[in-house]
This record gives sequence, C-alpha cells and structure tokens, in this order.
Amino acid sequence: MQLLFIVMIVSYLAGMGAALTGGRGPIGRGLVAAGAAIGAGAGLVLGAVVILSGTPFALRIPEILPMGGGFDLRLDALGAFFLIVIGVGAVPASIYGAGYTETYEDGRASLRLLGVMFNLFLLLMSLVTLANNVLTFLMMWEGMSLASYFLVMAEAHDENTQQAGNWYAAMAHLGLALLLVAFLLLMTGTGETFADLRAQAQTLDPAVRGVIFMLALLGFGSKTGIVPLHVWLPRAHPAAPSHVSALMSGVMIKLGIYGLLRVGLDLLGGGPMWWGALVLAIGALSAVLGVLYALMEHDLKRLLAYHSVENIGIILLGVGAGFMFQSAGLTRLSALAFIGGLYHTINHASFKGLLFLGAGSVLHATGTRNMEEMGGLIKRMPWTALFFLIGAAAISALPPLNGFVSEWIVFQSLLSGVNLPSPEAAIMMPVAVGMLALTSGLAAACFVKAFGISFLALPRSPEAEHAHEAPRSMQVGMALLAVVCIGLGLAPFVVVPLLGKVLTGLGGLPPTEAAFTLNLSLQLPANFATMSPALIGVGLIAILGLISIGLRLFNANRRQRVSDSWGCGRIGQSPRMEYTATAFAEPLRRVFSEIYRPSKEVTIDFHPESKYFVQSIEYRSEITPWFDRVIYDPLLALIRFLARSVRRLQSGSLHLYLMLVALTLFVLLVVARWF
Amino acid sequence: MIDSYWLEVVQGLLALLVAPGLVGLVRWVKARLQNRRGAPPWQPYFELRKLFQKEAVISKNASWLFRFAPYIVFGSALMVVLLVPLIAAPLPLGGIGDLLVVVYLLLLGTFFLALAGLDPGTAFGGMGASREMTVAAIAEPTIALAIFTLALSAGSTNLGRIVTQTLVDPSIAGSPGRVLAFVALFIVTLAETGRLPVDNPATHLELTMIHEAMILEYSGRYLALIEWAASLKLLIFLSLLANLFAPWGVATEPTLLALGVGIVTWLFKLALLGVIIAVLETRVAKLRLFRVPELLGLSFVLALLAVTSSFLLK
Repeated sequence: MQLLFIVMIVSYLAGMGAALTGGRGPIGRGLVAAGAAIGAGAGLVLGAVVILSGTPFALRIPEILPMGGGFDLRLDALGAFFLIVIGVGAVPASIYGAGYTETYEDGRASLRLLGVMFNLFLLLMSLVTLANNVLTFLMMWEGMSLASYFLVMAEAHDENTQQAGNWYAAMAHLGLALLLVAFLLLMTGTGETFADLRAQAQTLDPAVRGVIFMLALLGFGSKTGIVPLHVWLPRAHPAAPSHVSALMSGVMIKLGIYGLLRVGLDLLGGGPMWWGALVLAIGALSAVLGVLYALMEHDLKRLLAYHSVENIGIILLGVGAGFMFQSAGLTRLSALAFIGGLYHTINHASFKGLLFLGAGSVLHATGTRNMEEMGGLIKRMPWTALFFLIGAAAISALPPLNGFVSEWIVFQSLLSGVNLPSPEAAIMMPVAVGMLALTSGLAAACFVKAFGISFLALPRSPEAEHAHEAPRSMQVGMALLAVVCIGLGLAPFVVVPLLGKVLTGLGGLPPTEAAFTLNLSLQLPANFATMSPALIGVGLIAILGLISIGLRLFNANRRQRVSDSWGCGRIGQSPRMEYTATAFAEPLRRVFSEIYRPSKEVTIDFHPESKYFVQSIEYRSEITPWFDRVIYDPLLALIRFLARSVRRLQSGSLHLYLMLVALTLFVLLVVARWF
Repeated sequence: MIDSYWLEVVQGLLALLVAPGLVGLVRWVKARLQNRRGAPPWQPYFELRKLFQKEAVISKNASWLFRFAPYIVFGSALMVVLLVPLIAAPLPLGGIGDLLVVVYLLLLGTFFLALAGLDPGTAFGGMGASREMTVAAIAEPTIALAIFTLALSAGSTNLGRIVTQTLVDPSIAGSPGRVLAFVALFIVTLAETGRLPVDNPATHLELTMIHEAMILEYSGRYLALIEWAASLKLLIFLSLLANLFAPWGVATEPTLLALGVGIVTWLFKLALLGVIIAVLETRVAKLRLFRVPELLGLSFVLALLAVTSSFLLK
C-alpha cells in the first residue's frame, strides 16, 4: 500500500514537472497525461486494496502543518471508495486530455498552467479522501477548489468564462465558510483527528449536532450542486475544457457526497429523522428541477451540467432514505439505501464522464456547443456517436446498463419506506418514488433530444457537415468509460457486496453480505425483489439473434432500397425542415410552464401599405430559472448596495485607513478578552 | 415454482401468436360498434405477412440506428413477455426481472424508437418522437406509484410474487388501493399503447399523430417488426392489468390441466379488456395534445390516492 501511495504521489508530481517544462507537442502533452493517468490508476488500485483487504492505510507526517496536528492521512473503506471513483473518472479523462489539449497549442490557453493544475487538482482530490484531521481536510478541500478554479479559467480571455469563474469562486468559498463553522463546532475537545471528533460528537448537544449537520449539508451541498446552490454548475462546467468538465462533473462534485457521509454518518453517527427527511426532500427537488432545466438547454455541455444536478438529486434520495432508515433503527434497509446512493455515485462518475468527453469530441470537431448547429454527426464521427449513445442510455436508466441498476436499488429502498414507524416520514416515500420516476422519464426524453438532435438526421451547419472523428487518444478515453458503464451495469452482484463492505461499521451499519444473495441475480433482503441485469443483457442479445434467425426462417424479404425521405410530395429535403431541439422540448415546456414561466416576445413588421403583408417576424423566448430570479438577483442587488455603502469609507485618506486598522484591532482585542 | 424452461418458450410463442389477433379484435369490435362491417380480427396477420414480403425502403439520411431500432423495440418487448406471468406464475425466468425491469425495458424500446423517428430528419419523425417522449415521461410517475401500491400489498415487486400473494389472500384484490391503482394504470395503458383518447392508431393526421408519426419512414420487415412489437406492448399492458389485479386462473403448478385453464382464462381476460378498450374508443374523442397531460395528471392523482389508502389500511 505504501508503494502504491508513493507511486500515486510521485506520478502526479512528475506530471506537474512535465507540464512545467512546457507540456507542449505530442510528447509533452503525453507526459502530462501519463502522469495523471498513472497517478489516478495507482489511486484506484490503492482504494481497491484497502476495500478488499479491510485494513486502512495510514501515514502521518507531523513536520508538515505542525500546528494543526500534522499532515495526517488515513484511508479507510469510505475514503477508498471515493478514491476509486476518482480513478474511474480520471484515468480515461487524462488519456482523453492528451489528444484534446491539442486545440490549445495555438495559445488560446496556457498548456503549462493547464497541465500543472490538472495534475495538482487530481492530487488534491485524492488527498481529500485520505485526510484524517480537520486542518489537512480543509487545506486539501480548499486546494482542490482553487486548482479547479484555474482549470475553469483555462480560456480566461472569454468573458463568459470569467463570469463562470467568479460564480464558481464565490460558491466554493461560501461552502468553505460554512464548513469552517461546522468543523469549529465539532472540535470541542483537544484532538483534531477524525477519530477524536467521532468520540467528541457523542457528547454534543442534539441542537448543536443538528446545526453541524445543516452546515455540513449546505457547505458540501454547494460543492455537489444541490438546488438552489447549484447555480455555478451550469456556468462553470461548460466553460472548463471538456476533460476537466468530465472530472468536475463526474468526480469532484461527488466529494461533497463524501463529505456529507463522512460528517453526517461517520463522525456524527447519524441523527434524528428530520436529517434524512431534509436530505430526501432536497434530493427530490434537485432531481426534478435539474432535469427540467436540462430539457430546456440547447448548449450540450450546459445540458449535461444540469443533469449533474439531477443525478446528485438521485444520489441524495438514496442517502436521505439511508439516514431516515438509520434513525429508525432499520439498519439493513439503511445499508440498502446508502448502497443505492453510492452505486449511483460511481455510475454517475462513469456515464457523466463519458458524456462530457463525448460532448468535448463534438466541440473539438464542430467548434460549437449549440445543439441547433449540429446534426448528422453519427456518420461523420461513428465512434464518438456510439460511445455517446451508450452514455445516454446509461444515464436514462435503461437496462441493462449501470444507471438502471443504481436507480433500481434506490427505487427499492424507497419502496421499503413503508416500514418506517412514523407515518409522516413514511408518507414522504411514495412522493419521492413519483419524483424519481418523473425524473427518469424526463431524463430519457432529454437524452433522446441530446443524442437525436446532435448526432442524427442532417447536419444543420457547415461546421457539422465537415466534422471529423476524434483522434485515437480521445476515442480510447471514451471507450474505457463505455466499458465501465456496461461492466457496472452487468455485475451488480459483484459491486453491491463491495459497497456493503464500504459502509460496514459507519454509523453502526451492520455487515450486509448475508443480506444479499451472491449469484448472477441481485436479491434484496426479505425476498422483496430480485433482478439480474447480466441475464437481461444475455437475454436481449439472444433474442436479437433469434429475430434474425426468425426473419430468415420465415423467408422475409431482405432487400432494401435507399431513397429520399417522404416529404409530403415535396422533392428535396433541407436541414431546415428538421425538428429542432427547441421544438422537441416544446411540449414539455408547455406542460411545465408553471415552473419555467417562459417570457415570450413576438415582433411583427407589417408592410406599410397593408397589414396583410408581413415583412418579418421576430420571435424570442427566454427562460430565467426561478432561483436566479427569486434568490440570486435580489442577493446580488443587496451585495452591490452594501458594496456601494462601504465605498464611502474609501476616501483615499491614509489617516482614515490607519485609524480604521487601529479601531479594528481594538475591537478584536476586546472581543478576544471577553470570550 | 414452475421450473421447466419450456414454459417460457410456450409463453413467448403464445404471446407472439396472440398479439396481432388482439389488435385485430379491438379493431373489429370497434368497427361493429360503429355500424361498419370491419376487417376480420385476423386481418393483422395478413398485414404482417404482406409487410415481411415487401422490400424495405430506407431514407438516405438514416444511419445504422434506424435499421437497428426495430430489432431493439421488438427484442425488448419479447424480453418483457418472458418476465410477465401470462399463463403461469411464478415463471422460471421471473427472478431476473421485476415490475420495474418490465417498465424500463419497455422504456428502452420507446427510447430507440424515438431516436429512429429523429434519424431520417423529417419534421414528422421529430414531432412524433417529441410527443412520444413527452407522454412517456409524464406517464412514468403513475406507473411507479401503481407499482408501489402493488408492492405494498404483496410485499414484493416480483411479478410472480404479486400474483401468488393475491391468489393466497384474495381480499387484497378488492382493497380500495388496488382498485384506484387499476384505474390509474388503465389510463396509462391507453397512453403507452397509443390508444384513444391520447393517440389515435387509426389515422395519419399530422396534427394528432404521435406513434404513427414516429414510424412514418419505416417500411417492409422493419415496419412489420415495429407493428408486431406495438401489438405485443398492448398485450403486455393488458396482461399486467388482468393478471396482477385479478390473477384468478393463472397456473401455479405445472400440470397440463392448470396450464390449459391458465391459457383459456388469460385469453378470456385479454378479450374482455380488448372489448372494453374498443367500447371506450367509440365513446370518447381524441384529446387535444396539450390536454393529455391533464388526463395523465388525473391518473397520477389516482395513483397517489391508491398509495395513500394502502398506507392507511396497512
């Protein structure tokens, strides 16, 4: 384990070194990517070893950070799982990055900065999962946010990117501030390692525990992107280079889930029913609103970013149900629900990573993120199209792929909610089931739109017509993730017991191995339900074979002729006749108009002679998300107002400033004396 | 447990054989109710034969996905047939998929069919795909809650278990939750299988088409597969309604007599539901597209009531 850890650290550092020397050209970019990929791979293996062997890996260097208890690392099973998630997302993204960053050779972004920050980002993310005391954790957490900030700002000359960076920095630090308070409240004794905190948390006042949980939920929530703290996601993820978006969306936001489980389940050991109920409600809200706004997006990467909000919601549905069952003492069901959440975590890392890489290939080939200018890419980029289709089917929870398996487990755990003793908690479950079902149905609709409009039919712009397939390294990155999506889908009977191991002992959860039957199918406790995606997959392939045989057997006509599409008698078909992404989403926009509240503006220019002749019609419709309107616009106005008020102090007089400094010092001293 | 695997083969073949006839029956009854002579119930078999013998015309804009989709649509429907207890329960393959798997396998078919609708790049195809996915998405919560209700009273989402549990304790079949869930699921059945008042399977009017618009570009054996799959889907939904809510007659032991009774009662229940749909289709007019969500909203409320009442009575 020691060796793997050293390989991981050294490899990331080597990647940074390679980037510092330039990181240009195929070799330079390759070295940067190799450092990241080997580092992430070593982390993945390290995580797997820890989970399989059941012995945590620990390392403490007191010389670094001497005042905060030293640089203290310890990788237990929960951290190891998230280290694996990082590896699953980062290995393919790094390989992909080798080819993708070629576009930056023209100097649009500094390859040196990008390479250094990419490796540093991965290193710090990995260390977040290893951190074992408060200071180490917070340092790594903040470092991770800063490194990813620089990655988002890679194309800093773009004004949208700058805005995205500002949003991201503000939300990340809001979260950090909340976390600082949460940890301060947790640290009541002398020690600051997680083991000390765990012991101290037992003696805390329930009200304080509640406050800590709320703060952790909001603080980590701002990183994961729960509604309404998700506003930075659809801004920052599209702005970042695509392999970075894949990591941020697939991996980094999951560390918020890690933090929530670490603090809520591990350190605090679970709590009253309302904790879980709150998480469940936030999860349901995030899931539905995430997918609803995704449907209205025509920027492919923004659409994917909104889907991250949706999937975080699904994960939180599992986690919330887990907390609820745990507080009712139903530990087996609780383990099941948490397993659903964790399973969806790693699944989302794989398919969202894949989709972002696919979107990146499209961006690379066509130079646009606007779906209305794409089309026909399946013929020009067949491999990218195939991989994107696999990702789209997986995120739409279609069997036998991985998204389905984890949603199935979350569904089953919600269905078991009837066992909760308090009726008002139990009645939340059917509502959550309805929301989850609506979410998955809308997600399927959204990905029919995303894939159908971008990849099928005729190209809608010259750029799309002259698109080219992505280079080999990018294809390899996508292929790896596609294989992961299929593998995680077919083999839940391998994954679920491992996830059970991850959870065993956290917050008093029992070992779950006995509860699940370990054959090809996945059997839930108390014989509630069984399913086997592997057999479904085999069955589907067998049936497809049988259909072909049947068609031959019954002597079906096998000739086919290629001809024009039917155009109601009109000859010649142009891309302008195709359904657009806007048109595709129109029925749902009308159905959910109460939520969207779209603004509509139609300007008609009539001919001066007669109103019967129209010269031009202009139609414009916009949707402003309600949380922007209700929460953030007033908030920004308030901040601007406060900033203006503070400006009065800024007179330019040095004496005034010195006096203010002295005054502040005095006030601080008085405060320090009193408390 | 009935574990001879030939039962699955029999059930699959039986479903393939009966499905077109069920569609034919609905059409024939409908014609009779409208004072038309109508084509005989076995007309769909001739149509399938004719389609299989015709060459397929493919749009030049279409990709491999367009040719692949009919196989997935048909294959997923056939896979579902192997999981749903049509004549006997529990089935030997019943353990590989529960009710949720059934729903999502059908969604798999819809997903690919909608993509195939977009593939040739015509306005109709896109329109159909968009509407089909809209209806499918807003029908989804109702289905989930109906499943919830069934699972509550049977203690399982496994289809075989729901059937046997209801046979053991018939009183749960008449519970208010079950009845409400049945009505909710019936409305969803109309939407999912493209019947009136949601979609009209008999017209090609551009303003109203949903399913037909999506498959407009298909011909030859591809169209045959899609039509056959659509009839299988109708058969699946009606069988679910019949056998989950009123499972009497379903064979629970592998004797020839029990299976014979199972087949006869199943055919009878299918015919009964088919006639109900035919009567309904002659009595109601098609809803405007944007009124459809209201209907599905109603079904959702019914399903929610179903779950709530099951909670209260538990």
